[in-house]
Amino acid sequence: MESLYAITTGVLTACGLYLVLRSRTFPVVVGLTLLSYAVNLFLFSMGGLTTDGAALINGAKEYADPLPQALVLTAIVIGFAMTAFVVILAMRARSEAGNDHVDGRKHEAGEGRR
Amino acid sequence: MSTHLIVLPVVLPLVVGILLLFQRQGNVRLKRLIGVGATLGLLLVGIALVARAAGGEVTYYALGDWQPPFGIVLVLDRLSAMMVLLTAILALGAVVFACAGDDERGSNFHGLFQWQLMGINGAFLTGDLFNLFVFFEVLLLASYALLLHGGGKERIMSGVHYVVLNLAGSSLFLISVGILYGATGTLNMADMAVRLSELPAEHEGLVVAGALMLLVVFGLKAAILPLYFWLPKAYAAAPAPVAALFAIMTKVGIYAILRVYSLVFGEAAGPLADLEQGWVWWLSLGTLVVATIGALAARDLRLLVAYLVLVSVGTLLAGIGIGTPAAVSALLYYLIHTTLVTGGLFLLAEMIGAQRGKAGTRLVKGQPLRQGGWLAALFFAGAIAVAGMPPLSGAIGKALLMATAEGAQRVWLWPILLLSGLAAIIALSRAGSTLFWRSTGSADGQHLPRRQWFGVAWLIGAAPLLVALAGPLTDYTEATAEQLARPEALTRALLNNEGDAP
Repeated sequence: MESLYAITTGVLTACGLYLVLRSRTFPVVVGLTLLSYAVNLFLFSMGGLTTDGAALINGAKEYADPLPQALVLTAIVIGFAMTAFVVILAMRARSEAGNDHVDGRKHEAGEGRR
Repeated sequence: MSTHLIVLPVVLPLVVGILLLFQRQGNVRLKRLIGVGATLGLLLVGIALVARAAGGEVTYYALGDWQPPFGIVLVLDRLSAMMVLLTAILALGAVVFACAGDDERGSNFHGLFQWQLMGINGAFLTGDLFNLFVFFEVLLLASYALLLHGGGKERIMSGVHYVVLNLAGSSLFLISVGILYGATGTLNMADMAVRLSELPAEHEGLVVAGALMLLVVFGLKAAILPLYFWLPKAYAAAPAPVAALFAIMTKVGIYAILRVYSLVFGEAAGPLADLEQGWVWWLSLGTLVVATIGALAARDLRLLVAYLVLVSVGTLLAGIGIGTPAAVSALLYYLIHTTLVTGGLFLLAEMIGAQRGKAGTRLVKGQPLRQGGWLAALFFAGAIAVAGMPPLSGAIGKALLMATAEGAQRVWLWPILLLSGLAAIIALSRAGSTLFWRSTGSADGQHLPRRQWFGVAWLIGAAPLLVALAGPLTDYTEATAEQLARPEALTRALLNNEGDAP
């Protein structure tokens, strides 16, 4: 379970990082979304992974750390708002600059191939 | 009332911001009155907080009466009180300046402005690492909207860079907070400091990774060398009052570095103590060099001021890099000076640009200024202060800082800092002579509104005032540095429930 969890988080982070480094705003936005998913998963695991533990501490001996759950909730809300904002911003940038390059540049040589 | 004083710098802007959102358009007079009134109220709260913290007692406010280390706390010590007061002083100048007409170029300026203040104050006051993240997000979200206030291609494009970079930074912040929580099992900074002193050896690597990732995040906010590329364009494109308020944003990063590494990774942390210092010292020198070159190369007055902000970041970081209480005291004095003066220069650049017609703030030949005499006088005062020439406050700040460097650090810091000062003088005198003397045609600019004059005079007037009050101010900053150097007092106040909890 731990290794599956770690691999999932790692793959999400790697994909997110790759997409953030692209030169068009749409992949960048998708990359940021993936990164925030990865971060949420990571935060969720930061108190250690507990299987079959009680979610509420009611005298239970084995319980899941409740703090990361609260933090993930906060992080999800903030990440959601930020993503909504950056989508609108990317659309504004597209309409102002006439293209969706992150620097607002026109087509560069060799870019048409992709 | 006095028990709730600590939370007021957060709650007051929050409530006022919500009130101001009721009406998007119209009622300009009322909105301005509320915005300025709330900022004035914040100034009074700031003064009260400083008066309370000056005695050296650390007090805290437990939100919802959840006692630390379990609940979220707002901590008031000398440093946080000073920063809140500084924010209020800067904000008052900026908001009055904005009332001259900048606030009506888009919608909801005053509401967003108040929320920005809420985020900044919260970041200064909080004693909890995750709460610090939340307040960073509050101030960033408000700053995104403020940066785009009024629209225009330049702003949107620089906004894209700024937003994407900061979102990536937020992810990194969360990861490092997660690592630190996983290793120590707490998020309260004071509690974390205690836990670190009895950290099992196998967790040391995790904590070092988390701590250095935090340094990257704070470095992004403070605009340290490899992470500063967003700053000049964003600051130069932002509306003037917003750029002036942004002058405190880089200092939020500096504050966070100072707070986290002095409190959590202080002397008590054993082998983990001061793990940031080597990095910060060399990066600060690099920042100074690169920012100086940028200031010399800038072809626009606003870009020049943005690079001067970067120079000040390098200078402040050098103080953290030296790390002795004397250096921290000097850097705090310099921080007050540079925040107010660079903020004032951003406002002044807008006024100069408004009277030069098409040329704007670009450093090219343009039409003569209608009120050139007064503008030149203010520019002269601001330039002397920001370049660090006597008799104004920049010289005192730099002299204090240079006096604290010893041995090898002196060999590196003195030439770089003095040369960057010289370069700033060259860049500013070239800019000034182009703006005020090389002109063609006739002056047909409008007379500038009185509120703009007040905003600039309020901020640049701080430079002579800081010299006049240098004695009491350095007493205060020295006491602050002493308090930072001995974080046990703060830890004890927080964890033994001796504080003033409602």
